[in-house]
Amino acid sequence: MKVALFATCLTDTFFPRVGQAVVRLLRRCGCTVEFPAAQTCCGQPAFNSGFLEHAAALARRMIRVFERYETIVSPSASCVSMVRHHFPELLAAEPRWCRQAQRLADRTYEFATFAIGRLGLDPAACLKFTEPVTFHYPCHARGIYGAADLQRWLAANPSNEVRIPQHPDCCCGFGGIFAVDYPEISGAMLEDKLDVLVATGARLVICNEAGCALQMLGGARRRSLPLRFKHLAECLAEGLGVLEPVA
Amino acid sequence: MTRNTGFHQRVAAAVADHRLRTAVRKATWQKVEAREGSLACLRNSGELRELAARIRQHTLARLPDYLEQFARNACARGAVIHFAPDAATACQTVVELARYYGSKLAVKVKSMTTEEIGLNAVLEAVGVQVVETDLGEFVVQIDRDRPSHIVTPIIHKDRRQIAEAISRRLGCEYTEDPVGLTRIIRRHLREIFRRCDLGISGVNFAVAETGTICICTNEGNGRMCTTRPRVHVAIMGIEKVVPRLCDLVVFLKLLSRSSTGQPLGSYTSLIAGPKRPGDPDGPEHLHIILLDNGRSAVLASPFAEVLCCVRCGACLNACPVYRAIGGHAYNSVYPGPIGSVLMPLLDSSGKHADLPGASSLCGACRVACPVDIDIPGLLIRLRAAQRRGQSWLKRTMMRLWGVTMRSDPTYRLGQRLLKRLLPDEGDGWTVRGLCPLARWTSARDLLRPPLKSFRQLWQEGQV
Repeated sequence: MKVALFATCLTDTFFPRVGQAVVRLLRRCGCTVEFPAAQTCCGQPAFNSGFLEHAAALARRMIRVFERYETIVSPSASCVSMVRHHFPELLAAEPRWCRQAQRLADRTYEFATFAIGRLGLDPAACLKFTEPVTFHYPCHARGIYGAADLQRWLAANPSNEVRIPQHPDCCCGFGGIFAVDYPEISGAMLEDKLDVLVATGARLVICNEAGCALQMLGGARRRSLPLRFKHLAECLAEGLGVLEPVA
Repeated sequence: MTRNTGFHQRVAAAVADHRLRTAVRKATWQKVEAREGSLACLRNSGELRELAARIRQHTLARLPDYLEQFARNACARGAVIHFAPDAATACQTVVELARYYGSKLAVKVKSMTTEEIGLNAVLEAVGVQVVETDLGEFVVQIDRDRPSHIVTPIIHKDRRQIAEAISRRLGCEYTEDPVGLTRIIRRHLREIFRRCDLGISGVNFAVAETGTICICTNEGNGRMCTTRPRVHVAIMGIEKVVPRLCDLVVFLKLLSRSSTGQPLGSYTSLIAGPKRPGDPDGPEHLHIILLDNGRSAVLASPFAEVLCCVRCGACLNACPVYRAIGGHAYNSVYPGPIGSVLMPLLDSSGKHADLPGASSLCGACRVACPVDIDIPGLLIRLRAAQRRGQSWLKRTMMRLWGVTMRSDPTYRLGQRLLKRLLPDEGDGWTVRGLCPLARWTSARDLLRPPLKSFRQLWQEGQV
């Protein structure tokens, strides 16, 4: 199967290792992976801020960049939900673009649901943790996978000790530009979130969203909390031996 | 808390108030769990929610017809209907009614609509004493505080603060025992109920088919207020109407569950007209004020969906922003997610311009909403509508960002610039960023992008 990687701007810039993990896993599952180099950002920051024509311009660009590919996979549920749910709505006034947006929406998949659901990657076989883990459920994964799915994947291997945080689907306070427009609120939400994660006693947090990771990593470092964050793709790739493990 | 400082200052004060945050955090999570638990007991809560949303949308699409039907049927049952285009007219109507009936002591059922029009102050100014009889609202009133939640007005106070307020203001012995405190207030209110001559309430639902108003309460004070005085004045937003009695059932099943996690509130009063000959109790006169106060304009706007709201407060409880800052920081009658949509629409003075932006758009409000209002979507559309009001800097940054993202060479240039902009303070972290990243680093550190981006690794064949 030929798959195009939609890396997303944050993963590309801040978490290249997550991109590596996704590509290697897809290859291991028998896919041929391409990376359309013209890709930039899905436009979510503009959309969320109400700058809809900037967002529409980027949506059209995304459609052009990915129109040649039958299957598009991304490590970010948030950006996938932008493509799936908001592109058609954003371009609703332009029937031709709207149809294409819908076509792109139908072919764009979030990585974990694609690898586990479509390619049959077995989390029980390749997710082995040597320490207790906890997790953060990214809000924008709603409608793509649930907090219960994430928990089920992590606990698929009975030897894994998954510490369930209180209210795993509570927002970390990132929210894109919200985080810089309202740092006091975003920071307070972050504080609450980190308290809950620390209370689990686990040091390793599975977080599948680059934005949330940027927020929580930064918060944990500011408070000198002993938390580490990893994308599920990194853990899967390490488990399959296609990515050098890191602490 | 001061009232006229800016939103950011109010937020900063709220965030630093750990007592407030602890009280709100505890109470809101408790309510979230209660709501989820009680909805899970329903066989078909998802379908019920869809049905409720459809009924609300249907009603709003034919609102003038249903209002007319409601008014006709309520009149036929002996109620007097008043129409108030704005808050001032609504207040004036109550003042005139109080004057006409010679009322001196009014008792109130908890009502956000009367908060919206600022009724208490207007009545007090013309010499009518007003007593809130909902326990939470009573504490707010005696403590000269403001409600910070649309269902649980003193959610911002912990038990000690409540006990202090009651003993200080009523001059009674200090106790933190909830039963003891309730007894003290009950005794105090009994005397008021004995003397009162005007009852004021809001309306949860108004049934067009029968001209009935429905009031949902928990403490029994609602029935005292609507039966004991000889005059009952009910004030309702024009959006509160439902077509038929059988539609009301759908909302009764959802309202208390969403609000407090109860299957049904302790008291559900259906009031159709004043006391009839032979009735053992009830007011001699029933007046219903239909309040517009900006609602018609909202109904005609692309934001009409917000009028589906049944004021259950579930979105406030679910919202991590509300949980972090409490209700007062919003400085609005309706705080929380629904307030952030509603307030800028009802009051275009710009006073609430900060609210739509102050959300991470996490969507917890939409999940909690019993009538499926797309609050995040409405917030985004409000942000779009407000753009001209945003700062020059923000608009320029956004435009610059848009241009950067529109081609991959400029995007790559942007990535390189970002690395330059971030001073490396060791270990690949930035602790104090330059503007606008200073706003990021005011709340947390910023990870510096690693040496090579994913696309560089890809190009170099390292993937």
